[in-house]
This record gives sequence, C-alpha cells and structure tokens, in this order.
Amino acid sequence: MKQTSTKQGSKLQPGAVITGKWHQHVYKIERQLGSGAIGFVYLTRRNGEPAALKISEKGTSLTLEVNVLQSLAKVQGNRLGPYLLDVDDWIAPDGRCYTFYVMEYVQGQAVQSFIERRGFEWVGVFLLQLLDDLDQLHEQGWVFGDLKTANLIVTAAPIRIRWVDVGGTTQIGRAIKEYTEFFDRGYWQMGSRKAEPGYDLFALAMVIINMAYPNRFEKGAQPKVTLIKNIQKASPLKTYETCLIKAVKGQYKTSREMKKDVVNAIDRQQKNKAPSSKQRQPNESRHLLVESGSIAMIALLYYLTSLILP
Amino acid sequence: MRKGTLKQILLITDGCSNKGEDPAATAALANQQGITVNVIGILEDEHTEQPDGLQEVEDIAGSGGGVSQIVYKEMLSQTVQMVTKQAMTQTLQGFVNQELQHILGPGQTMEDLEPEKRGEVMEVVEDMGETSDLEVLVLVDTSASMHDKLETVKEALIDLSISLNARIGRNRFSIFRFPGKRKSIDKVFDWSPKLDAVSTVFPKLTSGGITPTGPAIREAVYQFGKKRLLRSVRNEADIDEARQ
Repeated sequence: MKQTSTKQGSKLQPGAVITGKWHQHVYKIERQLGSGAIGFVYLTRRNGEPAALKISEKGTSLTLEVNVLQSLAKVQGNRLGPYLLDVDDWIAPDGRCYTFYVMEYVQGQAVQSFIERRGFEWVGVFLLQLLDDLDQLHEQGWVFGDLKTANLIVTAAPIRIRWVDVGGTTQIGRAIKEYTEFFDRGYWQMGSRKAEPGYDLFALAMVIINMAYPNRFEKGAQPKVTLIKNIQKASPLKTYETCLIKAVKGQYKTSREMKKDVVNAIDRQQKNKAPSSKQRQPNESRHLLVESGSIAMIALLYYLTSLILP
Repeated sequence: MRKGTLKQILLITDGCSNKGEDPAATAALANQQGITVNVIGILEDEHTEQPDGLQEVEDIAGSGGGVSQIVYKEMLSQTVQMVTKQAMTQTLQGFVNQELQHILGPGQTMEDLEPEKRGEVMEVVEDMGETSDLEVLVLVDTSASMHDKLETVKEALIDLSISLNARIGRNRFSIFRFPGKRKSIDKVFDWSPKLDAVSTVFPKLTSGGITPTGPAIREAVYQFGKKRLLRSVRNEADIDEARQ
C-alpha cells in the first residue's frame, strides 16, 4: 500500500501492450498523458481511434471512478464526463493485477496557457460554460469535488472548456472524495467538505482567481481576509469581483444564481466600456480595444449559439 | 439497527522504536481485537538517504491490518486523510470479501468478479465507508526529534476531523502521546467528535528521547477497551448528546 511502489507499479513505457483479462481487447501504449492521485493516464488506440487509458494498482478507487463515469453517461446528451469505452483487468508480467479503463480522448490545451495566449476576456466565457456544466451535474445529484485548473482543458472548434478527471466526483450529501488544497474551502476555513453545489462554486471561484494569480498565494494566519483582499487587489478580476466574493463566502446555493450575477456583471462591464473608450483612446490602443472587444463578442456569440444548438 | 464501528489507531512517528516489545507484534494483537493500526512516518525535510524507520513503519501497518505511508512534513495533511480513508475501505472490503466467500465459495475475492459486477460491490463498500461510525485513536510520538513537527501534526489532525465530519457516519477522536511521563502513553485529548479544540494542548507536548512504540500500541488498545466499559455504564442519551 506504499504510494511509491504503486506509482512505479502501474507505470508503463511507450510501446507496452496491455491485454484485457475479461474482454481480451489489446491496447498499445503510445505515450503518457498524465498522472494523478491514483494511477497513470496513457494515450492508446481503440479501433484505430485515439483513446485514453487510465490504469492503477488501486483497483477499488478506479472502480469507483468507473461507477461515476457510468452514471454520468446515463445523462442525455452528456458532456459531463469523458465517454467510457472499456473496463478490464491486466495481469502484468510479474503476476500483479491492475485495473484499467479506457475512455474517449479529449484533446485540448491547458486553460492557463490558452488564457495567456488569447486574452483574459475568455475567462468570462469559460466561467459561464463551467457554471452551465456544474448546474447539469448538480441536477443529477453529483458534485464535481476536485475542480481545479489542472483538471480543465480547452478544446478547439468550438472553443469550449471541459473537465477531464472525474476522480473527485461525489454524490451530494456525502464527504468530498478528493480535493486540492488551494481550491478547497475546508483548507481556507470557509466551509465544510460536504458535497453540495456551494463546494464546487467555491472551487470554481478559486479557478478564476488562479488565472489572475498563476503562482497562487499562501493562506496566511487569516485565510478568509487574505483571500478576499487578493480578489479585490487583482485588476483582471474587477468585473467578477462581487460574484467571486459571494461564491467564496458560500452565498450562492445554486450555479444558476451565480450565473445570473456573472451575466449581469459582464453586461455592465460591456456597457461601461464601449462608449467612453471609443472617443478618448488614441488610434492604436483603440484598435486593440475594438479587437479584444469583438473577440469577446464573438466568443459570447459562439457560446450563446452553442446553448441554442444541442 | 446499529451499524458497526470501525476502530483505528493512527500512529504518527519519525523514528524507530527503541524500548519494549516489538511494535509489529503489538499491532498484530490489536488487529486480532478488531482494531486497525495505521502508521505515518514523517521524514526530515532534507532527508535523502533511506530512513531506518521505514521498514518498521511498514511492518507495523502490515501486521496491524492497516496502511502505512512515509511523508515529508508538508504533505502530512493530505496523507493523514488518505491513510485513514484507505484503511477504512480496506477494512470494509475485508468484510465484504468474507461475505463474498460465503456466496461464491472459498478463495474468491472481489478481483475474481467481472469489472461490471465489481462496481456494484464497490458501491456497497463506499456506502458503508460513508455511513459507518469511526473511532480513531491518534498516537503521536513526542520524542525530542518530533518537536518541530508537532505544529504540522496538529494542523493535519484538525484537517482530518474536517474531512471525516463531512461524512454521514459519526466520528470520535482521541489523542494520546508517547512516551508518557510515567506510563507508556499519556492522554492529550479525550474522546470527542471534533478536533478543533486541540490547538491549546498541542504546542506544550515534548518529552524525552526514548521511543517505546510497542508498549504504546498495547496501551492504546487498552484505551479502546476502557472506553467501551465506560460507555456501557453511561446511559444512551448521554452518548447521543456527545455525538451531536
């Protein structure tokens, strides 16, 4: 049960071949995609299509993740988790048994680098997208739990933010299964670790805050004061300041409540910005503003159409 | 109907035992009495060589039916929770495996089930882990070398109680330290559903150089028994009140 041995145990080299004990499917490992608290994720192929394979010595934890994926798959038109393709055991050459599952490979880039390249205006879009996804998830009786920047990727065409690791997903009313300190309200002494929508909304606010503070910050002797001060200090967060503070204080009971506030905040910011900037700014920076403004508009439009079209 | 209570000893230490009987043997005895022994070994920050205590940490947890983990100070909070929860699952899975053997025949465990069916069984285990009552006796090594780590241990324990109290099942924690002044262990914090009150008692703890891990575990097992006796004397309403 030592963690070190677990990590090495299920570590595979590119080219390794895994055959399922029960379903006899053969998977060739192409490269490592990531590693988490339980096991490793590799790129492989299933029927010629790229797929992600997660393998672990901790069969029980992996089995619980499969349960979550299966119940999320029952949600119609689901975008809430990756599509599950196979679950099986692999008997390694040394005789040890590892459980693995194969899921849809969601290709995308890290949200942090996307924001750095394309601009902070995307934050609003992603915030709204995530609030919608969380709303759906909560409706199904689940809380995401381990919502953090590293668990989010941005897919291209259409540009959309998605979460990738459902390992922390917990039934509402239970104890959060997995979390990361910076995003956990228990760590900030601002709430319990009970799975409820507010837990995710706290973590979501921290994800947004993390985008303004890529290096994060320490909680200090008075965690709550530190957190609120840092939200108020960051100029990129101005637009969302009130929403973020309400979210970390646990004043939203549902994603919908928060979404309403966020939409209003973005609306207000657009109105304030547009007329004054047009007249006063010199030519060059005006171009920039118009450009970034239109990008944001297009993004918002994209998002709105994605809402209308299933 | 009352559900069973899971009983765990959580041993937090940074070194080898050097007095009294073999701790692995006392841990095995504890396990025989239905108490799981988990061990967390804390490493010095810049400790690169393989620490001597490592094997002992594994041995104690191995014979105590529990989980062991060696960590650096900074990772303590997360580890304490992981170890406690993993041990709960392990114990519950043990029960379920026993039941499975009744149904499927001897020698059959969960791994002999198809992955699909295993999912259902694991759901039962998870349910039990969420709802069963838990008693954790924390046994903290307070020998001189632990002095600068106690603040972190305190924070990790408060954090543990936050996590476990988010469960549906009830919890009780107590903290003992070893070596004690006259006995092998001293009570630091009596059985209580929450640990947030430990802040006041914790910084004061430091003691001499010996590490009587074996006797400490033996004494800890006795503390479980003692509480049991006390509890049967008290009336039920009294206990329910304490659980709130």
